[in-house]
Formats: sequence, C-alpha cells, structure tokens
Amino acid sequence: MEGEPSPRSGACFHQGSFPRAVNVDLQTDATLQVDISDALSERDKVKFTVHTKSTLPNFKQNEFSVVRQHEEFIWLHDSFVENEEYAGYIIPPAPPRPDFDASREKLQKLGEGEGSMTKEEFTKMKQELEAEYLAIFKKTVAMHEVFLCRVAAHPVLRKDMNFHVFLEYNQDLSVRGKNKREKMEDFFKNVVKSADGVLVAGVKDVDDFFEHEKTFLLEYHNRVKDASSKSDRMIRSHKSAADDINRIASTLYTLGTQDSTDVCKFFLKVSELFEKTRKIEARVAADEDLKLADLLKYYLRESQAAKDLLYRRGRALVDYENANKALDKARAKNKDVLQAETSQQVCCQKFEKISESAKQELIDFKTRRVAAFRKNLVELAELELKHAKGNLQLLQSCVGVLKGDT
Amino acid sequence: MATSSERSPPPFPEDLEPEPDEVGDQDSDDGEDIFLGTDNPLEIKMDPSLSASDITSSTKPLSEASSPPVMDLLSEPASEASSAPMVDLLMEPASEGSSAPMVDLLMEPASEASSAPMMNLLMEPASEASSAPMMNLLMEPASDDLKEPPKPDIDPLADIINDTPLSEGKTPVAAMPQEPPSDLFDDEPSELFAEPRQSNTAKQQQTSIFDEPDEDLFSEPLGEASKKPQNDFFKEALAPVAKASNVCGPLSDNYNEQPTDIFTEEAITTLPSAVSTVSVNSKTNGVHSDEEEPDIFAEATVELSLDSPRNDRKKKEAAKPSASASAPAPSVSASASKPQPKTLEEVQYITLEEEVEDKFELNISITNPEKVGDGMNAYMAYKVSTQTTLPMFRSKTFTVRRRFSDFLGLYEKLSDKHTLNGYIVPPPPEKSIMGMTKVKVGKEDNSSAEFVERRRAALERYLQRVVFHPSLLQDPDVREFLERDDMPRAHNTQALSGAGFLKMINRATDSLSKMTIKMNESDVWFEEKLQEVEAEDQQLRKLHIMVDSLVGHRKELSVNTGGFAKSVAMLGSSEDNTALSRALSQLAEVEDKMEQLHQEQAASDSFCFAELLADYIRLLGSVRASFDQRMKTWQRWQDAQNMLQKKRETEAKLLWANKPDKLQQAKDDITEWEAKVTQYERDFDRVSATVRKEVLRFEKEKARDFKKQIIKYLESLLQSQQQLIKYWEAFLPEAKAIA
Repeated sequence: MEGEPSPRSGACFHQGSFPRAVNVDLQTDATLQVDISDALSERDKVKFTVHTKSTLPNFKQNEFSVVRQHEEFIWLHDSFVENEEYAGYIIPPAPPRPDFDASREKLQKLGEGEGSMTKEEFTKMKQELEAEYLAIFKKTVAMHEVFLCRVAAHPVLRKDMNFHVFLEYNQDLSVRGKNKREKMEDFFKNVVKSADGVLVAGVKDVDDFFEHEKTFLLEYHNRVKDASSKSDRMIRSHKSAADDINRIASTLYTLGTQDSTDVCKFFLKVSELFEKTRKIEARVAADEDLKLADLLKYYLRESQAAKDLLYRRGRALVDYENANKALDKARAKNKDVLQAETSQQVCCQKFEKISESAKQELIDFKTRRVAAFRKNLVELAELELKHAKGNLQLLQSCVGVLKGDT
Repeated sequence: MATSSERSPPPFPEDLEPEPDEVGDQDSDDGEDIFLGTDNPLEIKMDPSLSASDITSSTKPLSEASSPPVMDLLSEPASEASSAPMVDLLMEPASEGSSAPMVDLLMEPASEASSAPMMNLLMEPASEASSAPMMNLLMEPASDDLKEPPKPDIDPLADIINDTPLSEGKTPVAAMPQEPPSDLFDDEPSELFAEPRQSNTAKQQQTSIFDEPDEDLFSEPLGEASKKPQNDFFKEALAPVAKASNVCGPLSDNYNEQPTDIFTEEAITTLPSAVSTVSVNSKTNGVHSDEEEPDIFAEATVELSLDSPRNDRKKKEAAKPSASASAPAPSVSASASKPQPKTLEEVQYITLEEEVEDKFELNISITNPEKVGDGMNAYMAYKVSTQTTLPMFRSKTFTVRRRFSDFLGLYEKLSDKHTLNGYIVPPPPEKSIMGMTKVKVGKEDNSSAEFVERRRAALERYLQRVVFHPSLLQDPDVREFLERDDMPRAHNTQALSGAGFLKMINRATDSLSKMTIKMNESDVWFEEKLQEVEAEDQQLRKLHIMVDSLVGHRKELSVNTGGFAKSVAMLGSSEDNTALSRALSQLAEVEDKMEQLHQEQAASDSFCFAELLADYIRLLGSVRASFDQRMKTWQRWQDAQNMLQKKRETEAKLLWANKPDKLQQAKDDITEWEAKVTQYERDFDRVSATVRKEVLRFEKEKARDFKKQIIKYLESLLQSQQQLIKYWEAFLPEAKAIA
C-alpha cells in the first residue's frame, strides 16, 4: 500500500479529542494518566499520538507525547505476555489491527462508478463512506487507548520498563512485524498451548474458586463470542436498512422533482423525512456498534486473556504436581533428592505466586466487567431512547404537516 | 408499394424537396418546366429528344390502340419506336438520381430483343444487384456487364420465373409479389410520355393507353431515383394510368402474368433507393397484398403522387423519426385534438367526479380467503362483500365468492371494452405461480399466509379502484361480478394457456407497432404527460426495488435481532453477577420485542409502501396503454385520410379517362371514406378527451392514494418508535440497577 495512491489520495483523517473510551471502567489515578491525544491516518497506517501525564519519578518530564503505531502496541503486549513475571496477571488484550480495507474498497468502487450516478448521489455516497471510514478510525483509536489505559491502571504492569519506554522514548521503537517463520512458530505454539490447555483444564482444581472460575470462563467466553458475532450481524442488517432508507429518500426526491402535480410537494416532504430518519437509524446502528458490539468484542478478548491466565496457573499446578511426584520418586529411590526438592520448591512458589495474584486479578476482572456492562448498557439504553424520541418527533411533525395538507 | 416508398423516401437531399411544391402548383401542361426545374442542367438539353419520343410514342400506339396484348406493347415502343431517344430520355432523369445504370440496362435489351428476353434481362441485373453491393452495380460500368445478359438469357419465361426465387431469397423486398408493379407502372414514364403528350392535348386518349407499357418497363428506376422531386407531376401522369388499368382488363392481367418483371423491377427500385429500409417496404407490402383489386396500382400511386406536399411531408415525419430534426412545424393540418374545449371538459369532468364522490356509497371488502380443493387444482376463493346505497344494485348488501381467475376475467372484459376508448382500466395483481404453488402445496407457513394476505389486499384495492371509476362502475360486467351468485368460470386467464400465449404475441406485436407509429404530436400536453408518466414509471420501479430491499433487510434485521436476543439470554445465564445477569436477560427480552417490532415494520413496509408502489407501477402500465390507444386511433384516422385521398385520386383519374360507369363507384367510395375519416377523427378527438380526463382523474387518485398510504405507513413507523421508547424505558432502570 505504501506509495501507492489510494483512491482518496491525500485524504487523511485527523482526530483531535475523542470521546473517552467507552469499553472499560478504569480506576485511573493522577500518578499515571495515558491517553491518545491525536491520531493520523496515512494510507494503511495509523499514527497515534500517545500523551502521558505522570508524577512517577522514573519519567524525565511530567507531561509528554510520542507517536506510536499499531505494531508498537503489539510489541508491548507481546512483551507482557512473554514476561514470566506477569504470568499471574490478566494481560490486557492487544488492540485489533486497524482495518480500513473494506471501507477503502468501497471508496474505490465508488470512484469507479462515478460516471453512472448523478452528482448528488455521488456526493451523498462519498460522504456516507467517509463517515463510515471515520467511524472505523475512531473505533480503532479508542481500542488502542483502552489498551494503554488498562496497562496504566494496572498496579504491576504500569511499572513495566517496556511500557515506560513505549510512553517516553520519542523515536521509532523500530519494532517490526513478525516474519513468516515467527508467525509459524506462534501458530504451533498456539496449537500446543490449546492442546495442553485441554489437558490442563481436565485436571481437577484443588481450589474451588479457581475451579468455579474455570468453568465460568470457559462458558462465558463461548457465549460472549456468540453474542459478539450475533450483534455484529444485527448491526450490519440495521446499517443496510438505514442505507435502503437513504436510497428511498433520494428516489423519492427525484420523483418529487420530476412530478408536475401537487404530489411532488408530498414526495419532497417524505423524502426529507426519510433523509432525517435514516440518519437517525444509522446513528442507532453506530451506537449499538459502539456500546454493545464493541463491549462484547472487548470482553471476548479480555475473557480470553483471563482464560490464558487460568491456563498458566493450571500449567503451573500440573508442573507443581509433577514436581511433587518426582520428589516422591526421588525420595523413594533416594536419588537426586535435592535437585527434585529445589525444582519442587520452584514450582510450588511459582504456582502459589500465580494463584495469589490470579485470584485478585479474576476478582478485578469481574468488577471491571460488571462496571463496564453497566456503563455501556445504561448508555446504550439512553442513546436508543434519545434516537427513538428524535425519530418519533420527526415522524409526528411530518405526519402532522402531511395531514394538514390533505 | 406506393405507401412503402412514401414511408421510406429515398434519402434525398432536403434542397430537392421544395421543388415538388413548386411543380405541384403548376398546370399539367408544364412538363418541360418540370425538367427545367430539376437540378440537373443536362435535362434541358435532352428536352427536344423528349418531345420527339413523345411524338413517336404517341403516334405508334395510336394505331395499335388498346386491343393488342401488353407483350406487344412492351416490345413495340422499345424496339421500334423510340429506343434511341428513349435511352437518352431515361438516362437523363436517371442521372438526376442514382439509378442511371439501371436505366441503361433497361434500354439495351429493349432495342435488341423482344419482350421475353427483356424480362430476362431485367431479371439478371436485379438478382445480381440484390446480392451485390448496390452502388457498384449501379455505376456506369455496370451497363457493360448488363449488356451481356441478353444473349445467354434468351430463355423462356419459365426460366426467368425460376430465377426469381433467387432474388426473392436475396432481398426481402424482391419477395413481394405483385406489388412492385404498381410502382413500375405508375411512376415515371407516364410522366415522360404523358407530359409532352398533354401539351398535344388532342391525342390524349390513345396515348394514355400507350403510356402504360412504357411506364411499367422504364418508369421504375427513374421513379425511384427521383421520386421526391417528381411526386407532383406524377399526379398528372397517373390519371391516365389509372384509367388505363381500369379500362383495359387484359392489360392488368398482363401485369399479373409477369412476375419476373415485377421482381426485377422491385429489386431495382430498392437498390437505387439505397438506404430506404427494407423492413418498412416489406411491411407495407404486406398491407398491400390484402387489397388485391385491379385498382391496386392506381391506388398505390395515387397515394404517392396525389398527396399534397404538405401531407407528404407530414407523413415523412411520421414515418421517419430521423427527420425530426428538420421537421417543420407548419404541417399541423391533422391536429391531434383541439385544446380549447378541453379545459371546459376538464372542469365539467371534475365537477362530475365530485358529484359522483358525493353520492358515492359503495364499500367493497374482500375477506376470508379460503383454499378450495386440493393439490395443484386447488385455488383460493375470496368473499367479496358489497355495501351500497346505489340504486343500480338490487340490494344494499350482498356477498359473493370469487376466485382469483374471476378477478382476472373481470379485468379482461373491462379492458377489452374500455381500453379502446382510452380509459385507464385498473389492472389486477399479477398471477404468481410461485406464491400460489406454495399455497397449493399447503404449507401453512408464514410466507404463504403473507402471500394470501397480500393478494387479498391487492384484490381489494383493485376492486375498489374499479368501482370508484365512474364509467367502469356502470359496466354490466362489474355489476355481474359483484352481484351474481354463480359466476361463469373465467377462461383464458391461465398464465400458461394457449390464450395466454396469444395474448403474449398480441402484446409483442402491439409494442412493435407502437415503435413503428411515430405520432406527429400536436398537443404538447399529451407529449409532456407521456414523458412524465414514463419518467415516473422508471422512478417508481427503482423505488419499488429499494423498498423491497428495505423489507428484506428489515426481515434480516428481525431474524438477527432474534438471534442476538437468544445469545444475550445465554450470556446472561452464564454471568455470575446476579444484577448483571438479570440485566442481560432483560436486554434479551427487549431484543426479543425488537425482533417482533422489526418484523411488523417489515410487514408494513411491504403492505403499505411496496404494495402501493407495485399497484402504481401496474396502473402506470394502464395509463401508457391509454396513451397508446390514443395513438392507435390517430393512426387509424391518418390511414383513413390517406385512403380517402387515394379514392379521390381514383376519381380524378376516372374523370380523366372519361369512364362514367366506374365513376359512380369511385364517388361512392369517396363518400364512404369521407364518412370514415370524419368518424375516425371524431373517435380520435373523443379518445383524446377521454385520455386527458382519465389521466387527470388518475393523478388525483394517485395523489390521494399516495397521501393516504404513505401517511398510514409513517404512522406505522411512528407506532413502532413509540413501542421502542417504551421498551428501552423499561430497560433503563434495569441497566442502572447493575451493581
């Protein structure tokens, strides 16, 4: 994509202040506040300006900004995952890759079909697509911000060196995307992990809390996944319906302009109404997307992260039990007892450390989840009400006018 | 034939056109002037020879008079008399046009051979020409080639006849039997010979007879080539021709006996005329084959020649859309309808309609769709209930059972009767094999119930439209449909029946003739309205597609919302925070209700909006049909006018030929056609007025319907928004209760 002129060459979106990220409830404090103050979309790249305000002593300044790209966010996330120290924590899920392809493709198609439609239609379509593009862009930015906020709010992760570098180092971190071999390795790792996960999950937990969490998360994750895809579908058809209303409005407009009888005024009026209602419908769909679908998507990833945590704990448990068995064996044979003891000690420590933090993490996860759902559902209901009332008012006044005409 | 040439005049430069006008005004004696008038200066030189030929030709035949067979006549002038001058003579007019070589060709054999080979000869080039590129053949060198044929071709006539199919196959035009002769016989030569002859008025009678053979042989190319400029003096020439053809029977017989001639001639004629469309020719030919009278020739030519230039031009406009650019306005002789009385009519009509509305007490409802029978023979029967205070009905309320095909049958009857008069007959919903099959199969699912309901509503609207129409309501068939208990089964409404097939063919031919009729619209109102209707039709179709798509997407949304509701319910059940779990199951309930809401909205999108559009797309079809009907009536009137002109021409010719016995017949014909023309004109005016009234009525109805339906639709939207608010308001405290 680099250097290749995009259909809307030169067009880039510049986003100043955002509505605060909506997905998660964050207990922020004044010691470290991170947000994305600005973002710039250049072709397929999005450049985020990460703005930090902090009283922490290990930062040179109190307030500073750096420019980061999606890959750097991924790098940060991966560094957390790979760090053994953080095995007992729910690693905040990485933001999804910015995906403007669909929107870009549509714009390109629109450019090709320019000749076949009227100027008004074209402008209208273009505006619509640009609005869509902007929406995706905003969402992308919000997702990235949420990730940073989660990290900044985490009592342990916020002290991570890599994180600080990410926030402060004002040059390119020169991270690169994973190459093919690394991707393959990741893939195999994942396969092994999930196979292992099944094994580990099969092991009956000694702790009731974890046993409960395990079954809960397994189920929850699957259901949230289902709900997320269903909500996507619902919103997609809602958007299509809004698009249809839009097209109906413009056809009604044409009808109204070419008619010579007095119905034309009627058509124009109805067209105007539909033009407005479709905007509302589109907003409803967009808000549902933001408040509902994104929430579910986020918790899909977060529950995955929690599952990963349980896996790591389960793995540690299995290791600990194996170490115990090995120690028993060694004692029976009276051979390598010391070595077995040390390894048993290590495993035990690791397991206990993970268990300790994991318990708190899972409790936090639940609190966060409930708070986030509350916030989003309340907002969703309020927005739905707002839009429905707006719609109702439009319809009422329009019907009133039309009835007055007849 | 003549009509063919007139419909598709050879592509003559426009500047030639004024001449006929000029000439037309002149007396018959000014034959030479005519030649002088034409563009080619060569003609002037040739004039002496022309007169010479005239004299010779006119004297020769004198002795032979009318009795000798045509063969003789044909050979006579060709071989003996005036071959040399004639060549010149024919050459010269030909040089005007593009058919020069043809003329040459015609001349050559004439001097060399007798009549039979001559025909041969004529055949040859014709068949050749018809297959080969025209212009080449028509060029001068072609005459060399054409000289040869006479020798090998001294075949018997039979051979020639055998040859003809060839040419038939090659050009559709050549395939036309009998027709061409009219052209041949009538056209040019008569002018050549007749003109000068007319200056020697004494010899009139005989020359007229003599003219004939020459004409049919040689006239053609010239006529074709210079048809336009000479149109007007054809008039003079033709009078005798017509007479002759009427008088001497054997002569006309002879024409019939010489198909070869005919074919060749035809081929020739079409060739020089180059661009003139073959299809048009064939069409007119077809028309002509119907009127196989001896008069045929005369008639055909009369049309060509007698037409006043004004008429001529008008026709050309009508026939040739391409000419529209230069189409002059002045020729509005055949005014479509008079604008003045219309406003008055409108007013009257509207008041009339209001009156009707006032006293109108007729409510029709269709209820209880019921499946009768089983399997593929099953059908839906509907209860048609009428409530009325109109005295024309026997009782105030009555109910009948009708099946779908009865509704179609009613439409067929009404449409047969009233479309002719320009009424807009409301069309019933289309047959839907798909939908009906579903119902027949007996699946009691949503879609078939919806189909039945949709159709019921559509039938109801259809019937209401019918009875709301003041004229249609008076129709006995409507009354019968509403009242009669045992309705005879409607036939020919089967979509796949033979009748259906016939209807399809009829429709196809209709649309074909619609394309060929190019009306010279004199009333701007109709033109604008038709355009409006067409544009509206297009937009409504577009809108209909979109509303359908909206219905589809709404249904999809409903299904997806349902799916999401279930998903959320599941999520709620697995959520271990009780308040959140409760809120989620509440959300699931809200989404469930939304599913229902979207479903209902989709239904009202479809019933209120899409159906309205579908109705009006169908109705606009009927509106267009009434416009077409008006055009057809116009065409009939024009045809009658042309016919009348022909008859007058015949009369003139008979007068010329001094044949009193036939004259009476001709006069009768004229009165008959005069009556027809007046009748048709009146018809046209009446249909025009009706169409106008109907369109105004239709627009009023449309405005009312759209307002009513769309307001209804908006109210349904309004209601669903109200429901939505209710649902979310109930949910909001639940969401807030999450702790």
